[in-house]
Amino acid sequence: MAETEELYKQMAQSIIDGEAEQAVALAQKSIELQINPLDTITKGFVTGVSYIGEQFGKGEAFLPELVMAGEAMKAAIATLEPELIKLGQAREVLGRVVLATVEGDIHEIGKTLVGTMLSASGFEVYDLGVDASAEKIIGKAIEVNADLIGMSALLTTTMVRQREVIEELDKEGLRPRIKVIVGGAPITKDWAEKIKADGTSEDAVGAVKLAKQLLGKE
Amino acid sequence: MSKNIKSISNPKLKLEVLTAEEVKKIHEATLWIIEHVGVRFPSQRALEIWEANGATVDHEKKIVRVKGDVIEEALQKCPPAYPLAARDPGQDLPLDGNHVYLGTDGCGVEVIDLQTGQKRTSCLRDVQEIARVADATEEVAFHWVAVSAQDTPPESRGLHEIKAIWESSTKHLQTESIYTVHEASAALEMAALIAGGKDKLRQRPVLSLMECSAPPLGHDGGSLDAALIAAEHGIPTGFMTMAACLTTGPATMAGNLAVGNAEVIAATALLQLAYPGAPVFYAAAQAASDLRTGAYTGGGPEDFLFGAATNVLADFYNIPLSMGAFATGAKEPNWQAGLEGSLSTFMASIVMSDMLLGCGFLHGSRIWSYAEMLMDCEIFSIIHKMMQGIVVDEETLALETIANVGPGGHFLAQKHTRRHMRDLFIPQFMDRRPYGEWETKKDDARDWATAKARKTLAEHCPEPLDPKISAEMGKIIKSVEK
Repeated sequence: MAETEELYKQMAQSIIDGEAEQAVALAQKSIELQINPLDTITKGFVTGVSYIGEQFGKGEAFLPELVMAGEAMKAAIATLEPELIKLGQAREVLGRVVLATVEGDIHEIGKTLVGTMLSASGFEVYDLGVDASAEKIIGKAIEVNADLIGMSALLTTTMVRQREVIEELDKEGLRPRIKVIVGGAPITKDWAEKIKADGTSEDAVGAVKLAKQLLGKE
Repeated sequence: MSKNIKSISNPKLKLEVLTAEEVKKIHEATLWIIEHVGVRFPSQRALEIWEANGATVDHEKKIVRVKGDVIEEALQKCPPAYPLAARDPGQDLPLDGNHVYLGTDGCGVEVIDLQTGQKRTSCLRDVQEIARVADATEEVAFHWVAVSAQDTPPESRGLHEIKAIWESSTKHLQTESIYTVHEASAALEMAALIAGGKDKLRQRPVLSLMECSAPPLGHDGGSLDAALIAAEHGIPTGFMTMAACLTTGPATMAGNLAVGNAEVIAATALLQLAYPGAPVFYAAAQAASDLRTGAYTGGGPEDFLFGAATNVLADFYNIPLSMGAFATGAKEPNWQAGLEGSLSTFMASIVMSDMLLGCGFLHGSRIWSYAEMLMDCEIFSIIHKMMQGIVVDEETLALETIANVGPGGHFLAQKHTRRHMRDLFIPQFMDRRPYGEWETKKDDARDWATAKARKTLAEHCPEPLDPKISAEMGKIIKSVEK
């Protein structure tokens, strides 16, 4: 028991340190020790994510630490996923999110960052990359039964595509079941309201808050 | 009648931000990156040019790896000096390494409305009005598209914007908002109308193009194709890197310079391989990302150092530089905006960056403010004055006058004083009034700058563009609209 507790502590630390390889090794060890993978996640790794999140909130941790923690978390979960399936268990997912940079636009760093933060916070994220058409985005959302679509654009000439996707979703009657958030350097609150998006955030941490709020998972 | 343009030239101040050896190290690191890591060129045309010149091309990932000597040889074909022409030839700007010119910044999405004082979405009328105010200043030497004309169709927006600027000003226009083949081709036709034909446009390019890279180590396909079309017709073209420490570049400044440099010189070499001798410039607005949000805002000590360092790199390649300056994360014209505007512009100017981009913005080049624009112009004027340094000669030592006044007198009534008093800087927006006067009014630079912008808009009418040319431009724009 004490050994398991110690292992949980190490797991949390591996996330805090952003050491993905260490996190994966600890996840494997937990499988060998036949610890329930859900316990591994909630009592071990999630503790680390929560801690680094709190530190970030206090201004004592910085964005790269959050991202590295997120990457380590993702790696640990990926190691544990087959085990969960084997046991017929599923970790609690806050929601399924389809993310993309809209058609005609190749800028993706902000969107990728939002994806990392969302998955670290317990969302299941499907990132379609850049230059994604409305058809592709909506098709994926239907396929994975998404709760949320997040769209990014850096150019004023491509941000209009965000509106096209929203109009198409409305036409197909997929809203308000699927919520839509938009982001990118030129995106303002006014724009988000104008195109009837459900919200926008100026940074990745805010995007997680917004996603939780929209899906009632605060 | 040409209006004077104020530019910094014959500087007396100097700064060594990088030694020759350090520049060489950055250059070698850059060539290593281009050869071993590669740069993404998502344009069929670009990939074909690279392949024809012996580069290793990964067609699936669109990544090009090129040997250093190919890059170096290509860069040697860049012309070191050429003019940016203006609709009014008296306002042509020689890019010769001995001038620093200020432009308006771009491309924002909101404007602080001059009448209501409220922030709102930018439109075509703002593009016209900003150009008109800029035309009236002596500090702004050329235009960028300051804000996006969001009330025009996306597929022709870049063309509506340049037409609006040409109709509102006689100064040179550099657009950062044209990044497709169809818009670049149409823009050339429009520029040729002003220059009097495509051949003349080559001699007097009234338009130049700035294309953004997609850091780290990438480019946008449309931008590459647009740049190739511009280069083919002798339109000066530059690639701008905004690689930012922490997010799109390494946390360390030297590494970030190398990443940005790789993007810029690889694309510049591409233009030279396709069209040897095409006029090109280096463009950069590198900064550090915010540690908490990851946001690029510009400003801060890293931005200031990049401002000086980048011109050393551009000088090493012997091509002009268009340098990001005046960038600020400030939300209104305040302490932060003044600080960031001053230091970035000073650092970029002291090394003689050819073009400074530019005045007028708040909140990371998103929100246009006329007050900020005119206060930025004053900062440029202050730095312009500082760059002249201190002249030491018989006349300026003024010994005869000093002897005339003697101990305990004053210099106010001296002829020497009358001769030289206007050498001293005369501010427009600095508050040097008695306290009591301020106390009754409680107004400041922002109020005065806003009032000046309003007055300029009401009164300043630049020499109009020939209505026939306007009409022809309108037809060209129509032809690209869906």
